[in-house]
Amino acid sequence: MTTLDRTRYLRRRVTNAIILGVSLFTVAFALFFLAWILWTLFSNGLGHVTTKVFTQMTPPPGSSGGLLNAIAGSLYMVLMATLIGTPVGVLAGTYLAEFGRAGWLAPTTRFVNDILLSAPSIVIGLFVYEGVVHRMGHFSGWAGALALALIVLPVVVRTTENMLQLVPNSLREAAAALGAPQWKVVIMVSYRAARAGMLTGVLLAVARISGETAPLLFTALNNQFWSNDLNGPMASLAAIIFQFAMSPYEDWHHLAWAGALLITLFVLGLNILARSIFKKSEAGH
Amino acid sequence: MAESNKISVRNLNFYYGKFHALKNVNLDIADKRVTAFIGPSGCGKSTLLRTFNRMYQLYPNLRAEGEIILDGENILDPKMDLNLLRARVGMVFQKPTPFPMSIYDNIAFGIKLYERVGKSELNDRVEWALQKAALWNEVKDKLDQAGTSLSGGQQQRLCIARGIAVRPEVLLLDEPCSALDPISTARIEELIHELKNDYTIVIVTHNMQQAARVSDYTAYMYLGELIEIGDTDTMFTKPQRRETEDYITGKFG
Repeated sequence: MTTLDRTRYLRRRVTNAIILGVSLFTVAFALFFLAWILWTLFSNGLGHVTTKVFTQMTPPPGSSGGLLNAIAGSLYMVLMATLIGTPVGVLAGTYLAEFGRAGWLAPTTRFVNDILLSAPSIVIGLFVYEGVVHRMGHFSGWAGALALALIVLPVVVRTTENMLQLVPNSLREAAAALGAPQWKVVIMVSYRAARAGMLTGVLLAVARISGETAPLLFTALNNQFWSNDLNGPMASLAAIIFQFAMSPYEDWHHLAWAGALLITLFVLGLNILARSIFKKSEAGH
Repeated sequence: MAESNKISVRNLNFYYGKFHALKNVNLDIADKRVTAFIGPSGCGKSTLLRTFNRMYQLYPNLRAEGEIILDGENILDPKMDLNLLRARVGMVFQKPTPFPMSIYDNIAFGIKLYERVGKSELNDRVEWALQKAALWNEVKDKLDQAGTSLSGGQQQRLCIARGIAVRPEVLLLDEPCSALDPISTARIEELIHELKNDYTIVIVTHNMQQAARVSDYTAYMYLGELIEIGDTDTMFTKPQRRETEDYITGKFG
């Protein structure tokens, strides 16, 4: 090696070391805050997650209680939102990936869906307030579920479309070559090939709405008492955390931390589940 | 050709958007014989093959003009039912494409599309198709396993079994061995020999030795035109056209 080559080589090694160092630093930076958030949640919340949290209603200030009505309300509304948003989203995503290959409808839908995907959730809450709550004259769990469904919808449309696009065309051709009509190709072949990814998308959408607060404040409002009537105002973990954390009462603060920890664990669990489902399907191919 | 023709192509032109991919092609495909299409990449042999079951129709902006007569019926007629056509004209692709389901269901899928069959009859048909494709002995104990768990050569034989399970009249093979090792290739060539007793087979291949081994007739194509078609022995010993000879002897292509 000549001297000139050696200096060039040295320069590359130095550049490499700098870039590697910067990348490692940014990773550490991101992880540091994530760890800090989790640490704060666990240290403040874990001590207050007792059986009472799961068995008692939200208390008035100054007395002890739990979060049962809020947990139930969240589960109800998230479930309903998923049941409303998933089928519509899957069908729309299927149209985009499988049927709307030519023409203007699919590109337009895709564009509108992208807007909906990035719409601030408070705008969606306001929209449902105007369209449903205002017209019906009262807050309701249905309105909350609807607002959440509108958040689920574009996520499911997008992941369904993307996952179906990953299915190779050769597979569709092979099914069509046997004389299968297109709807059968989609249901029997494309869906089967993409199901893990589509399920992952739904789980991530569920995770996304589990912590949504803004759209619920205008729609389901809140409820201090047990209610499984979706026609009336309904408590949710997110709204209760908001209310309790903003209050001056010590025991409400404790419950807010417990609720925050529960939501985080739920979302974490969903993410891990989604990841393992997706991984398993990758391994199976 | 003294034999009867299964397919007659008349003045066929094909367009990918504005690109003129097949230029005035005329040829006959003999019934219950193997016809091979050879030619350099991009010459239009796969395109021609894919007009026989109108596979191009899955994509926008592709169109064919002219006539393709299958048993007296013009399959390019817009009134032709595509699904019924494809049930009559089966196809096997370059890369194995097992469906994401069990080996059994891979075969049963096509059968159940157009026939109402009982459980035991379905079992018989699946076994029959797998026997025909020389795969039965290797998979009979694991019919419920995923089709994707098989090796590449087995997957391709599974796809051939799937194609013949619906009992088509014509079988189109689009470079069926190009992704396979020599042993798997040999098995599939043996299979083609057996299948031609019952089916009309059209095979596209890049491998001239393969065309020589398996086919009764060979068509040479170049730049979207059919240069020459004739019986395989003649084509490989004394072709009529200079271009064919150059390609076959390796002077070009």
